[in-house]
Amino acid sequence: MINITIDNKPLQAEKGQTVLKAARAAGIDIPTLCYYELDGVNFENRPGGCRVCVVEIEGRRNLAPACATEVMEGMVIHTCSLRVVNARRTVVEMILSDHPADCLICPKNGKCELQSLAQRLGVREIPYQGEQSTYRKDLSPAIIRDVDKCVMCRRCETVCNVWQTVGALSAVNRGFQAVVAPAFEQDLEKSPCTMCGQCVQACPVGALSEVDQTRQVITAISDPKKTVVVQTAPSVRVALGEEFGMEPGTIVTGQMAAALRRMGFDYVFDTDFAADLTIMEEGTELLSRIDKFTKGDKNVKLPILTSCCPGWVNFFEVNYPDMLDVPSTAKSPQQMFGAVAKNYLTNKLGIKREDMVVVSIMPCVAKKFECARDEFAENGNPDVDYALTTRELAELIRQFNIDFKSLPIEDFDNPLGESTGAGVIFGSTGGVIEAATRTAYELFTGKKLEKVDFSELRGLEGVRSATVDFNGTPIKIGIAHGLANARQLLDEVRKGNSGFHAIEVMACPGGCIGGAGQPFHHGNFDIIRKRQEAIYREDEGKPIRKSHENPYIQSLYKEWLGEPCGELSHHLLHTHYFDKSKHIEIAE
Amino acid sequence: MAKVKLAESKINKIKEICTSFGNKPGEAINVLHKVQGEFGYLPAEVQEVIAQELNVSVAQIYGIVTFYSYFTMTPKGEYPISVCMGTACYVRGAEKVLDEFKRELKIGVGETTSDGKFSLNCLRCVGACGLAPVVLIGEKVYGRLTPDGVKDILNEYRS
Repeated sequence: MINITIDNKPLQAEKGQTVLKAARAAGIDIPTLCYYELDGVNFENRPGGCRVCVVEIEGRRNLAPACATEVMEGMVIHTCSLRVVNARRTVVEMILSDHPADCLICPKNGKCELQSLAQRLGVREIPYQGEQSTYRKDLSPAIIRDVDKCVMCRRCETVCNVWQTVGALSAVNRGFQAVVAPAFEQDLEKSPCTMCGQCVQACPVGALSEVDQTRQVITAISDPKKTVVVQTAPSVRVALGEEFGMEPGTIVTGQMAAALRRMGFDYVFDTDFAADLTIMEEGTELLSRIDKFTKGDKNVKLPILTSCCPGWVNFFEVNYPDMLDVPSTAKSPQQMFGAVAKNYLTNKLGIKREDMVVVSIMPCVAKKFECARDEFAENGNPDVDYALTTRELAELIRQFNIDFKSLPIEDFDNPLGESTGAGVIFGSTGGVIEAATRTAYELFTGKKLEKVDFSELRGLEGVRSATVDFNGTPIKIGIAHGLANARQLLDEVRKGNSGFHAIEVMACPGGCIGGAGQPFHHGNFDIIRKRQEAIYREDEGKPIRKSHENPYIQSLYKEWLGEPCGELSHHLLHTHYFDKSKHIEIAE
Repeated sequence: MAKVKLAESKINKIKEICTSFGNKPGEAINVLHKVQGEFGYLPAEVQEVIAQELNVSVAQIYGIVTFYSYFTMTPKGEYPISVCMGTACYVRGAEKVLDEFKRELKIGVGETTSDGKFSLNCLRCVGACGLAPVVLIGEKVYGRLTPDGVKDILNEYRS
């Protein structure tokens, strides 16, 4: 340990620690802007560029950035001397001099780190006036880039390149013209962007935001000719409460259902139901691949890869076009729900497909892209019409003047609202494969699973593996969250020596609980940990915890689908993938 | 699937250069330097191949290309014109000479005429301050240039 003094307080710090971390560990909060950390997954953006975190160190002539300065024995640090306070405010004033002052109508209003910084530092005027840099807006189906608001913190670039290895964004040009943009300053949609949206989650300002579809949803609800059906993803219920000042990890399933009903949705259903359905299809597919493999079929692809996460699907379509037959063909729960709603429920209700609007509430930005995919529409009518983020749902609840905290606990509607604990845990990394294991074990061995909790599959390690004993047959399972971690596993699979039977991948840190559509966590990873704990709590509290035991799933197969991976399932619940890589071809 | 088309010989040349630098991402600047030396400029397709060979994203390669003013994505003309804007040339009227080139060629700095014949650029000091203002066309040096002389010089190359 090293002895240092911060603001006249003698402290001990670890060798190699930055001044910022040492100060924060001692409860001294130095303001930052470009700095972004996800400590649970060892991710850090530390370009030292914004200079908001400067501190005065005795014996040094210049102020030092706390995020990029290591502590040294005997260091005396001042975080709020007059010189520091003045410098910090000047830095923010200069950033604001090239930043639009349209806070009132900015999507980040009230959640903007620059806004709260300006407030905190008492900026009341911008003394530097002059030209402002301008850039065209880039509108993709999921993410909007409004570069005029960019503060060049480089968080998005680091997330995109390091955590995701997607490589869609880079700082380009220099000086006043510098922007973060895709190659050749093309639109995001033409880049290798997977729409995972972690750049949106990381952006401290409103330069990156999700496409807002709340208006379209209000219009649909207001249209008496439309039957509007809503589904809510597993991880939304453990995060939505944060938007209303509740503790992270508060489970608000019942209040959420009540809020949606008060808004005027005709049916309030649950994506967890579709998650159970996904397990039936994906689990059956896994077992049939294992069966064929053990019988010596050389063409069968193992491991099977989960296909629930749309960011992940986009990623392998771009980066692994030679392996498009490896992932499960099962649609994601969102799209399975859409297919069931528009084909089965319409029939049951006796309404036309065009008169039903399916809205999903997702922790995700990529889900907006997913539901707009051509293959998920029939004659131009999509299975899922709108995918709103958790944040957009919170916006709607506020717009509808609903006092969320005082809502009663209500249930989902049936038949598409009943789910098991297995459906719930889809929201966390490791959850999909645990849910699949619960069902696959019983189907494979014909025995009852005594212990449904597979703690070996849980956690927050970026890459995890475990072997589950299927009554004498060892099933090797891999798990990755974050696309850089997924790439590690996938490269092994490509070489043919992974040895896994099944791999689960989720693009976001922690899985959907850390999704880009969730309430902003501003790099506070404890929030993600608490959401994860809540997911497993919700699972534990469910009377049924295996997908195949969901009575409504059973009757859906009996009444309509036939059997898992059967003909109707194949047509409605499974999909195929496309080569979206960039090929370098030889010209004639 | 998006396609990038390039002649085989070009692709091989780029690959050869990347290999000579061990295909290391850290050598990107050196690779770009060498490739630009070979082709005269760095079009998008060329950057795609370099990115693939060095295993970095093409966005990052583009980031480097746009950061350093030495790198260019527009092909240089058959006769590249460089107007010296160093201190000596500047005070002796280089800017007016430059304006005349722009007017005469109907292009801006960093651009190439549509027939591909001329491209226009600025540089700082060629070490011939005694001849200020100085203009280079290809390797040839023109000194003590006035705006009136621009047309005559261009005509030497136009025929």
